[in-house]
Amino acid sequence: MSSAPDLDLEHVAKLARLALTPAEKEQFSQQLGDVLQHIEQLAKVDVTGIEPTAHAFPVVNVWAEDVARPGLPVEVALRNAPAQRDHLIVVPKVVE
Amino acid sequence: MAADLFFKSIAELAALLEAKTLSSTELTSALIARKSAVDGRVKAFNSSDDADALAQAAASDARRAAGQARGPLDGIPVGLKDVISVTGQPLTASSKMLANFVSPYDATVTVNLKRAGAVVWGRLNCDEFAMGSSTENSAFGPTANPWDLTRVPGGSSGGSAAALAAGEVIAALGSDTGGSIRQPAALCGVVGLKPTYGLVSRYGLVAFASSLDQIGPFARTVEDAALMLGAIAGHDPLDSTSFKAEIPDYRAGLKQRRPWRLGIPKEYFGAGLDPAVGAAVEKAIAFYKSQGCEIKEVSLPHTQYCLDTYYIIATAEASSNLARFDGIRYGHRAKGAKDMADLYSQSRAEGFGAEVKRRIILGTYVLSSGYYDAYYLRAQKVRTLIRQDFLNAYREVDALLTPTSPMPAFKLGEKSDPLALYLCDIYTIGVNLAGLPALSVPCGFTPGGLPIGLQLIGQPFRESDLLAMAHTYEQAHDWHLKHPSL
Repeated sequence: MSSAPDLDLEHVAKLARLALTPAEKEQFSQQLGDVLQHIEQLAKVDVTGIEPTAHAFPVVNVWAEDVARPGLPVEVALRNAPAQRDHLIVVPKVVE
Repeated sequence: MAADLFFKSIAELAALLEAKTLSSTELTSALIARKSAVDGRVKAFNSSDDADALAQAAASDARRAAGQARGPLDGIPVGLKDVISVTGQPLTASSKMLANFVSPYDATVTVNLKRAGAVVWGRLNCDEFAMGSSTENSAFGPTANPWDLTRVPGGSSGGSAAALAAGEVIAALGSDTGGSIRQPAALCGVVGLKPTYGLVSRYGLVAFASSLDQIGPFARTVEDAALMLGAIAGHDPLDSTSFKAEIPDYRAGLKQRRPWRLGIPKEYFGAGLDPAVGAAVEKAIAFYKSQGCEIKEVSLPHTQYCLDTYYIIATAEASSNLARFDGIRYGHRAKGAKDMADLYSQSRAEGFGAEVKRRIILGTYVLSSGYYDAYYLRAQKVRTLIRQDFLNAYREVDALLTPTSPMPAFKLGEKSDPLALYLCDIYTIGVNLAGLPALSVPCGFTPGGLPIGLQLIGQPFRESDLLAMAHTYEQAHDWHLKHPSL
């Protein structure tokens, strides 16, 4: 983190499955560059021997009884699907 | 009659309903009329189902007539931020991505409110996917601050705060990931409470950053906030981070009076604090001293790292959470995509607004190969230090007093730079990183007439103490009795 951040926007947008316009790329590069520069100051903190915190109150091993419960009826579950047919979600062809 | 109704508290209205001098149908009708009169200017609502609200009100009246009223919330209209599910109602997260989404089920908080008899009414505006501090990042357009329509209501739960301040709802729910309940509460002159992480179920809340998000109430008074919290708090097997905590009677707890030891974190009173806000908070501190509380300066030495830590953790979690919006099962789907990868990328490009895209990019970057340790893992370690700062302070004091926001409501469009907007949250984000409860209570006005909020930060699962402290202050002041003229 000591070196200047090198944000390869093209690569990251691809990882995020997010198409960006040339104008967005230019704007985000500059804006996120500013944010990343600000974030650089975290490199100053001595974190030797410090455990990471994922949740403020670690709750571990939350078990549920393995019993079947009623779920959503198929019509309700599919109500928000952008395209559907025969109780299935329609998507572009995946395999030729 | 109507004008007397819409600025009343839950406690006052519950007494009128109980005495049968008022019906829920009358109250709900008055609020629908109020919304029609003012929301064209305030723009707090994304949508509302008035017929459904009146049906719920009629059911409440019928229960009461049969002697089966369910308590103080029965018949009280409560608005929900448009990130909380209500069966059969739209759930947009103020995003084009969810423009046509209808909730197939109730959030647990919605179930709890309905069980308490509340009239669940209105989908309230917010920043898209709760990302922002001004409610300007909404696909529906910005909400205005009822105290000055040229200013922001704060965010991201700006619609909830503004609807309450404008007298359009009696109470509301919002969600708080980095200050999204407390900051708009401060800027709109109402009470806002962010509960301890895990006290209130997140089931049915549109996920932003799962280790930080909490649902909490907006209310006119601290007593109302206590009533709302009592209704929504509690363990929920549907949320695996829900905590099995004892839920006390928060309203009964308001009567506690103790010579609390209150800490003033010196890092929260530095450069960037508006002088009028600072002066109002100092007066509130002096009040507590006059009540026999011990006031002690404390230090939270890692405060300066909160913002960076937050923006790494919150965006990382958001980039992961928002991966579900891929145009397949629900949400916006782009037309004419060549293949699946194209469908994902184009649907997301069309569905998300600029701030959401920025945060997804940042979050993806800090999690990506080669950067994970330097950014995400390091931020999680600094999070440990930030949390430790608070726990160390609580060895000496019972709670902390700070400003909620460094500045009062700013002008719509004034802060166009993302980093400048992120700085609005400097006093609120540490609380989320540490998982603590905190509330904002009105503590005065600027010379220009804009509300100021005092933040009280408490110890884990000690909301009862926090509410009692705020109630003590509120009882001796009349800020909560002042309302904007619209």
